[in-house]
Amino acid sequence: MKPSSLSHSVSEKIIETFIHLSAAVSIVGLVLIFIFIGKESLPVFTSPEIRREASLSKIFLPQSPEPGEEKVFRWQPVSVVPKYSLLPLVVGTLKATAVALLFAIPLALAAALFTSEFAPSWLREWVKPVIELLAGIPSVVMGFFALIVMATYVQELFGLDFRLNAISAGIALGLAVVPVVYTMAEDALSAVPQSYREGSIALGATPWQTAWRVVLPAAFPGIFAACILGLGRAIGETMIVLMASGNAAVSSWSPTDPFRSLSATIAAEMGEVVRGSTHYHVLFFIGVLLFLFTFFINYLGQLFVERLRQKLSGTDK
Amino acid sequence: MAATSVHQGNPPAALETPKIAVQDLNLWYGSFHALKNVRVDVLPRKITAFIGPSGCGKSTVLRTFNRMNDLIKGVRVTGKVLIDDHNIYEEDTDLIRLRKRVGMVFQRPNPFPISVFENVAYGPRIHGETRRRRLEELVEKSLRATALWDDLKDRLSTPALGLSPEQQQRLCLSRLLAVEPDVLLMDEPCSALDPIATARIEELAVELSKDFTIVIVTHNMQQAARISHVTAFFLLGELLECGETSQIFTNPKNEKTEQYITGRFG
Repeated sequence: MKPSSLSHSVSEKIIETFIHLSAAVSIVGLVLIFIFIGKESLPVFTSPEIRREASLSKIFLPQSPEPGEEKVFRWQPVSVVPKYSLLPLVVGTLKATAVALLFAIPLALAAALFTSEFAPSWLREWVKPVIELLAGIPSVVMGFFALIVMATYVQELFGLDFRLNAISAGIALGLAVVPVVYTMAEDALSAVPQSYREGSIALGATPWQTAWRVVLPAAFPGIFAACILGLGRAIGETMIVLMASGNAAVSSWSPTDPFRSLSATIAAEMGEVVRGSTHYHVLFFIGVLLFLFTFFINYLGQLFVERLRQKLSGTDK
Repeated sequence: MAATSVHQGNPPAALETPKIAVQDLNLWYGSFHALKNVRVDVLPRKITAFIGPSGCGKSTVLRTFNRMNDLIKGVRVTGKVLIDDHNIYEEDTDLIRLRKRVGMVFQRPNPFPISVFENVAYGPRIHGETRRRRLEELVEKSLRATALWDDLKDRLSTPALGLSPEQQQRLCLSRLLAVEPDVLLMDEPCSALDPIATARIEELAVELSKDFTIVIVTHNMQQAARISHVTAFFLLGELLECGETSQIFTNPKNEKTEQYITGRFG
């Protein structure tokens, strides 16, 4: 082997090892984080002392605050008799997520359809980066905007009792979800082969009929994946709901009531909690729940998208 | 296929009034002059083949017949394209009606990623047909016309993209026939198919020419010779020669035509 090719292969080896290492570090990091969160939540299942206050049944089933009183779901981790029902938080998270998605998905999909199918190219080159820039707004800014500005208008508009509620927090959350859904949906629509559009136009279809009946169905797997990604973002988003939700842990499905989300609970309480206390371990358990939520949603979403793709391309047999 | 022996002798234009008459057609892509004073007639219920080397403008001419060129930015057209004596480049042309009457199949089969049935029913549906019975009739009729019905009648709900390329191209033809056009434009319809499938699509084209006016763009000179009644030879945006296929292939008047069909350039 000539010296030059030898040094070549050595540098090749070094680069390869470096790339492998970087990949390994990020994967190991993720796994360690999950192990740590899982380990810290374990006492909820194992420690008899903690299970007396916060066993799974105490976390998920209604409890009487005082003996003999009516059974309720309550999250009051720092009262004299701490109560650790997660139901109000789960309800709050789902409620805000639902409002956010109801707001964001139609908006993002309509915008994506417009930019990919109808907008002239100069407009498209403007709109796409601007909407994607929305994703770069720090969520604390979005939360601040929702808390100070939007909440007042939303309250006046709908004549609501509470200034901070699931509607205004949901809309703010939706604003954070829009760019996520938009970008992916737009990519999916743009990736639809031009030959489908030509085939449809050549049959005498209008651009709208083509977009609605050919392009949209053809892009559906990608669009669905975009919505799943948006859902994941809405569930995990913390800062916006922390600031704009009112943080009242009430179990009410009404979107006009304030709420408290799982993620905001961790953010608000982890800083103050006594290390190793029941409260501390339950907060980690919430983290595990959030992780499992998003993991399963992504997993099911991917499974569904894959099946849909196979169905569209005629390879499912 | 004895198609080429139809009406020998007289120049075809003298026999019938043309279905499509192109008059002094000029077309620019931006500043590129792609078609230069093209004049060509297409006879009803005959197959007209457009041949010529790549970039000669034959596909561009074809795409003026259903105004698909309108989709491309910076296209400018002068001259006339008369279909049944109506100039389709007139301001008041209803593009939807035009494209319903003048259907097109493309180089690569492009069935939509939906079921076989929905592909064929797509055209009638967008033109307002909602009655299920009528749609089913149209689908059956259109699939029979392309000899797909017997193969696919039990698989109407399967995805169209699962079919073989030949079946896909036939399906695209069925999809066209379902909107009941009278002109079929075929832009190199066999370029993505193997020789056996090509032969079968050619057979189908000959069969369809009994009822439809067909214009086919092809790179394959044997294909033009086999199935067309009239052949038009294009070079660099100009129509160099147009005549009965038998005459073009046996006794071309233009030197360039002869050089092209004998394979000296292309």
